[in-house]
Amino acid sequence: MSMPFYVSPEQQMKDKADYARKGIARGRSVVVLQYDDGILFVAENPSRALHKISEIYDRIAFAAVGKYNEFENLRLGGVRYADINGYQYDRRDVTARGLANVYAQSLGTIFTETAKPYEVELVVAEVGDDAETDQIYRLTFDGSVSDEHGYVAMGGQAEAVAQSLKDGYREGSALAAALQTAVRALEAQDAERRLEAKSLEVAVLDRNREHRLFKRLTAARIGELLSAADGGAASGAASGGGKAAESEDASTADDD
Amino acid sequence: MASHDSHTGRLPGLFANPDTSSFTEFLGAYSPESLPGRRTPPASRAGDEIPHGTTIVAVNFPGGVVMAGDRRATAGNMIAQRDIEKVFRADEFSAIAIAGTAGIGIEMVRLFQVELEHYEKREGRTLSVEGKANRLATMVRQNLGMAMQGLAVVPLFAGYDEERDEGRIFSYDPAGGRYEERDFYSVGSGSVFARGALKKLYRADLSAEDAALVCVQSLYDAADDDSATGGPDLTRGIFPVVAAVTSDGYRRLGEDEVGALARAVVDGRYESPGGPTAPLR
Repeated sequence: MSMPFYVSPEQQMKDKADYARKGIARGRSVVVLQYDDGILFVAENPSRALHKISEIYDRIAFAAVGKYNEFENLRLGGVRYADINGYQYDRRDVTARGLANVYAQSLGTIFTETAKPYEVELVVAEVGDDAETDQIYRLTFDGSVSDEHGYVAMGGQAEAVAQSLKDGYREGSALAAALQTAVRALEAQDAERRLEAKSLEVAVLDRNREHRLFKRLTAARIGELLSAADGGAASGAASGGGKAAESEDASTADDD
Repeated sequence: MASHDSHTGRLPGLFANPDTSSFTEFLGAYSPESLPGRRTPPASRAGDEIPHGTTIVAVNFPGGVVMAGDRRATAGNMIAQRDIEKVFRADEFSAIAIAGTAGIGIEMVRLFQVELEHYEKREGRTLSVEGKANRLATMVRQNLGMAMQGLAVVPLFAGYDEERDEGRIFSYDPAGGRYEERDFYSVGSGSVFARGALKKLYRADLSAEDAALVCVQSLYDAADDDSATGGPDLTRGIFPVVAAVTSDGYRRLGEDEVGALARAVVDGRYESPGGPTAPLR
């Protein structure tokens, strides 16, 4: 019987962290940013069924990058956490801060106690009554939490995307302008990448909606917003074209 | 994916068992004492002192359904509450109302609302109208022990069916029997009188507004003959809760809209206390 090699705890943690980072870096990026009416989530995701952005509760949404089965498991747990607390206390007692804490505990435990860490990075965001009270929490694979303001980029080439956001982000911009900034940032992942409306997954937490504030935007609506932001000058990344005639609340149902 | 949650010490089981999209099933595993159906019914029959909700009506019209309930809860011969609400939004395309033991009914409604939303968020789709109605039947059945001790809850469920573009109404018995009703239905202590009125006032081509008027008329008739059903309270401005479910979703009619309907009904009764008459031939 052979003795296992001794591996120092420092080395173990470093190996796990490197492993998780590599896994996350392989995926496409997701961008979360504040705009005048709430919080905007934009992901490059050609799938209409496998979401990277999801509703958790009335004012809370979730965005993730990395391994689908892992972040989906976290999403389902988050929905349970929210629904059980909302049922046993009151709907107002479900908060992004509480949810971020639960995720941090779970991710931290998984990172330290299991052989394979989760290859995921999450954003949990809660829209407030105004931009000042919006909350955006970013969680990494080891359970670290950070409180973000303005914008967040995560996933592959997150630095390049974050740099583009830093240059383009303006506080209190309208939805169309914020979406354009986000799409430009996602395009910064590679040179010569152009993103079309149908390869984007876009959702908002709109503080002006009622009851459940989460809403997915349809490909047609994304196209309209992008061409509105371009002001008709360059054709830009928009597909679908047309003027933004339809009001944003024209369809209340999700597009999936 | 195996659960890692057993280590955290916090919310054990939250990430375990990802196989059920039913909130009720999850609640039963996670916090069994919170589940209404798991409670031991009282050993002796409950008296009249526990508040009971009274009359609910629902009327289909082309493209949707209207549901309405009076505002009275009674405890024996006492009025326990004069502005109770018994009609609720179940989800975007359905409404639920309760008659019977108010406390248990309201808890059932809350659980049913979370059940529908939970399924929708987990699965990314809403349940079919029948799926929702069946789920509610299970909840009613779990209350059978309580019902045998005099704490029955009888809900009425109405939803908009997107495939058929029409309203659907489902009634229940205390044992969880689920029955689809055509055109209109009523439950609760005043339901006998309300149903008589509905039978004479119902037309297949009602508009949404007229369907709401039919509901308010029939509730007036229920209140006229059943002491446990409250009529429109003009002095306090307390009117029935009326909600419509159509392709645009659930909409509770505003106080001003229902107030106008209720005043029109009361004004009409000065002329003819029995309300509108149906043609004899």
